[in-house]
Amino acid sequence: MTVLFGQLFTGISIGAVLLLIALGLALTFGQMNVINMAHGEFIMAGAYTTYVLQQSITGAGLSLVVALPVAFVVAGTMGALLEVLLIRRLYARPLDTLLVTWGVSLMLQQLARDVFGSPNVQTRAPELLTGNVALPGGLTIANNRLFILGLALAAVAALTLALRLTPLGRRIRAVVQNRDLAAVSGIATSRVDRTTFFVGSGLAGLAGVALTLLGPIGPTMGTNLIIDAFLVVVVGGIGQLKGSVIVAFALGVLQATGEYLTTLSVAKVIVFVAIVAFLQWRPQGMFTLRTRSLA
Amino acid sequence: MSLFRGRRILAGAMTLVAAAAMTACGSKTTDEGGATGVTADVSGDTVKVGLLNSLSGTMAISEVTVRDSIMLAVEEINAAGGVLGKKIQPVGEDGASDWPTFAEKAEKLISEDRVAAVFGCWTSASRKAVKPVFEKNKALLFYPVQYEGLEQSPYIFYTGATTNQQIVPGLDYLKAQGAKSVYLVGSDYVFPRTANKIIKAYAAANGMTVLGEDYAPLGSTEFGTIVNKVKSAGADAVFNTLNGDSNVAFFKEYKSAGLTAAAMPVVSVSIAEEEVKGIGTQYLEGQLTAWNYYQTTPGAANSKFVAAYKAKFGADKPTSDPMEAAYVGVYLWKAMVEKAGVFDVEKVRSASDGITFDAPEGMVTVDGKTQHIAKTARIGKIGADGLITEVWNSGKPVQPDPFLKTYPWASGLS
Repeated sequence: MTVLFGQLFTGISIGAVLLLIALGLALTFGQMNVINMAHGEFIMAGAYTTYVLQQSITGAGLSLVVALPVAFVVAGTMGALLEVLLIRRLYARPLDTLLVTWGVSLMLQQLARDVFGSPNVQTRAPELLTGNVALPGGLTIANNRLFILGLALAAVAALTLALRLTPLGRRIRAVVQNRDLAAVSGIATSRVDRTTFFVGSGLAGLAGVALTLLGPIGPTMGTNLIIDAFLVVVVGGIGQLKGSVIVAFALGVLQATGEYLTTLSVAKVIVFVAIVAFLQWRPQGMFTLRTRSLA
Repeated sequence: MSLFRGRRILAGAMTLVAAAAMTACGSKTTDEGGATGVTADVSGDTVKVGLLNSLSGTMAISEVTVRDSIMLAVEEINAAGGVLGKKIQPVGEDGASDWPTFAEKAEKLISEDRVAAVFGCWTSASRKAVKPVFEKNKALLFYPVQYEGLEQSPYIFYTGATTNQQIVPGLDYLKAQGAKSVYLVGSDYVFPRTANKIIKAYAAANGMTVLGEDYAPLGSTEFGTIVNKVKSAGADAVFNTLNGDSNVAFFKEYKSAGLTAAAMPVVSVSIAEEEVKGIGTQYLEGQLTAWNYYQTTPGAANSKFVAAYKAKFGADKPTSDPMEAAYVGVYLWKAMVEKAGVFDVEKVRSASDGITFDAPEGMVTVDGKTQHIAKTARIGKIGADGLITEVWNSGKPVQPDPFLKTYPWASGLS
């Protein structure tokens, strides 16, 4: 029973990580339909931001708190620059966008290697986040996992509220639903695109900070995450956040259960088979956005 | 619909990414050049040697440090007058973390550059890829990394540890500490699978229980479930053969689950000083490693090696076991050549038996029969400063036994 509950929590926390790395992509790929292969490198930028901040801010807890907004701005600015300099010119050419952003991803990896060296770097986690909460029955829940779960849920809530309630959110939704109609209604669609890209990339930076608590910090960390992130958004359905949220947690629990009953490699196969089967049944993903646009 | 168009393109891209990753797993060997072997070109006043390491790709992190220490040995030897009066001229090639590339570059070094010996390779996969090239051309490779044993090529000198100089002493140490049960965690490829086969045979013969065995694909960084399994199994110790980035995620998860070095120590065979830096001592302090050399190993030869390395490559650069084994390899080759009096490969090989060298790790002796090296096994504990200090050693060099023939419990393995 304890083990079952422990596994359930592990699944949920894997889901939280998936959600956090996919959330930014749910905006840029899901809402704007831009295939950004450099998304993983924005996650890397967030992780290295934490590392750089720790060089000057010695308190591990304080540096983590400071790193969250700073990484959001750093990765967001990189994303906005990418949008202005390259992606903007390629909106009608998805295949070119894909190749260009892949090239950018390789360049950013090499840049990280030149600046920080190719070996992994380490950050210190605050003592509080390396411990765990003991529950009755010998069950423990790791604090860093709880923190990431909280961060992921907070990010989803903030993003949902921003999209629903703020004027900017309304403009983003208008452009997603019908770009031409939004444009003729007086919305500066190119400015909306830039802002959306800033927010989406910034969320990747946030994920990068959280991942320093769990995994390696190195030049290639982003490439390992990008496929998972795309899977979540594709299965979740394009144009909706709730699809990505549900799918992230479902895949997390499926992965953890499969892994517990078999092995990690087999669990990955199970997850992929489940995804293929699901997309056969619902090629459009879990949720789709119904629009009247002709595009 | 444009939404779907984007997705179809994405599918293509993912296939590309996957294909790029797969090429690293493929294996082919080039089949050119004569079957009789190529003689090294030693006509000038220099002698060429090949340096074959990955300077790019996923293995570059580790292999660049090995290249650096080989270069250090070459420079030291040249400053002291070279080998048989000839200065060593290093010819560097990049294996690019890709096994067919290793085979191609080995062929190039042997046939085009006509080097007298090659130093390098790290992964067992790259060694297996170049092995037929060296055997066909009757050329020499000095391989510097601990490996899974069960191999003996007449044209390879293995200067790192084989299993009875690293894994078996690690198990002996655990047994002496009173460990009755172990849990095995490793990456999913040839070294951990072979190592765990050996560990299971050892455990069966020594009254230890193996409570579980889990493998993670190389590069995987999600260890929640594996750590849960380890924790609920409640073993006395964990034997860790994970490689690369997975170690970072594993140890972070291990600590957050409340598992400690005091309650359930982890013995690792792939974590040296350089890796400790990338994981963080916060997560590693007190955990155990099994190697033959640490930066802290006492002795004049090591102080000199560490000082020379830091002077050349930076004070913050640690020295580690594979680097030391690579450095020693160059000196052993020099000693063999000088004993043989010529650079001829067959004569160098037959001169190899009994060659000794006062290495940073202590006195080492070449065993001519297996072409492995007798070396002292050392168990170390990771300290808060990121260095590893020895807690136990085998007292004297352990004779290499790549096929574990002298261990009755291992009779069913090879």
